[in-house]
Amino acid sequence: MIVRILGEGQLELAEEHLPELNELDAVLAEAVNAGDELGFARELARLLDRVRALGAQVPDDHLGSSDLILPGPDSTLAEVSALLSEDGLIPG
Amino acid sequence: MSLSKRLALIFRAKASGALDRAEDPRETLDYSYQKQMEMVQQVRRGLADVATSRKRVELQAHQLTASSDKLQAQAAASLAAGREDLAREALVRRSAAQQQLADLTTQEADLQGQQDKLTAALQRLQAKVEAFRTRKETIKANYSAAEAETRVGEAVSGISEEMGDVGLAMQRAEDKTAQLQARAGAIDDLLSSGALEDASGSSKDDIQLELERISSTSDVDVELARLKSALPPGRPPQDALTAGPAQPPAAQS
Repeated sequence: MIVRILGEGQLELAEEHLPELNELDAVLAEAVNAGDELGFARELARLLDRVRALGAQVPDDHLGSSDLILPGPDSTLAEVSALLSEDGLIPG
Repeated sequence: MSLSKRLALIFRAKASGALDRAEDPRETLDYSYQKQMEMVQQVRRGLADVATSRKRVELQAHQLTASSDKLQAQAAASLAAGREDLAREALVRRSAAQQQLADLTTQEADLQGQQDKLTAALQRLQAKVEAFRTRKETIKANYSAAEAETRVGEAVSGISEEMGDVGLAMQRAEDKTAQLQARAGAIDDLLSSGALEDASGSSKDDIQLELERISSTSDVDVELARLKSALPPGRPPQDALTAGPAQPPAAQS
């Protein structure tokens, strides 16, 4: 599966890692729902570290879309909430 | 649903909006390619704006450093002239200049970070746009409208996601640039108001004027003393010489 870290590009990860990522993702989502800024920053950093460690860089000229998309490392809780909001705020 | 899945679906929904526009999916390829080229231009302009903004901040940092150094020298000169009040005022202003400098340096480093990220994002986008152009020509040459649909969908949604990502990086860089420009504007105002004294040397600040006044007063005193000591002995100095014979004593100040 392909995972994008916003602002960093795409990584290829083996399917077997999905359960672990889902677990970390759930904790992160909880922090977002609770509006817990510190928890969000901590859990995001943990999840991104795992994805970077497990994944292999996808070449820049690959044209496929991603199965999962993660916020970039310096994202704030407010930015992520805005992205998740109904309109999304994705430009371009 | 997981956060990362939701984000992926949001980006995909955006991409499918781009696909709905044309009857023949192959037309979508040209439309999308045109959008991609516009995006590349936009990112290039964004990067130029960031660079301009950083140049302005570098110039200001230079001015603030000069101000700070000058105020330090003024404080020393004031103390040497026995004016602690003036020295204190100079140091208060120096401290304000240094605070501004510290804030500016932090923001400048921040903007440098955004510039690096945007540069990397542009590189990724350009690689994908080039791959898209090749894919586009292949699809148009080899597939009918009906056959092309899936392939067009794949290519367009992949690049649309990249454009969304780059667009977010652009927004961030623009926000940081705007913040920095607002601060730079405020510092320009501060510098021109003389509150940090004008380091350009085009006008003299009040501390400098006071120091010059002290210095010229003491020059006058020194010169007076020299003249007095040069008078022939036994002849007391005559005040009438300077006041003028016609002036009544009450008019002297």
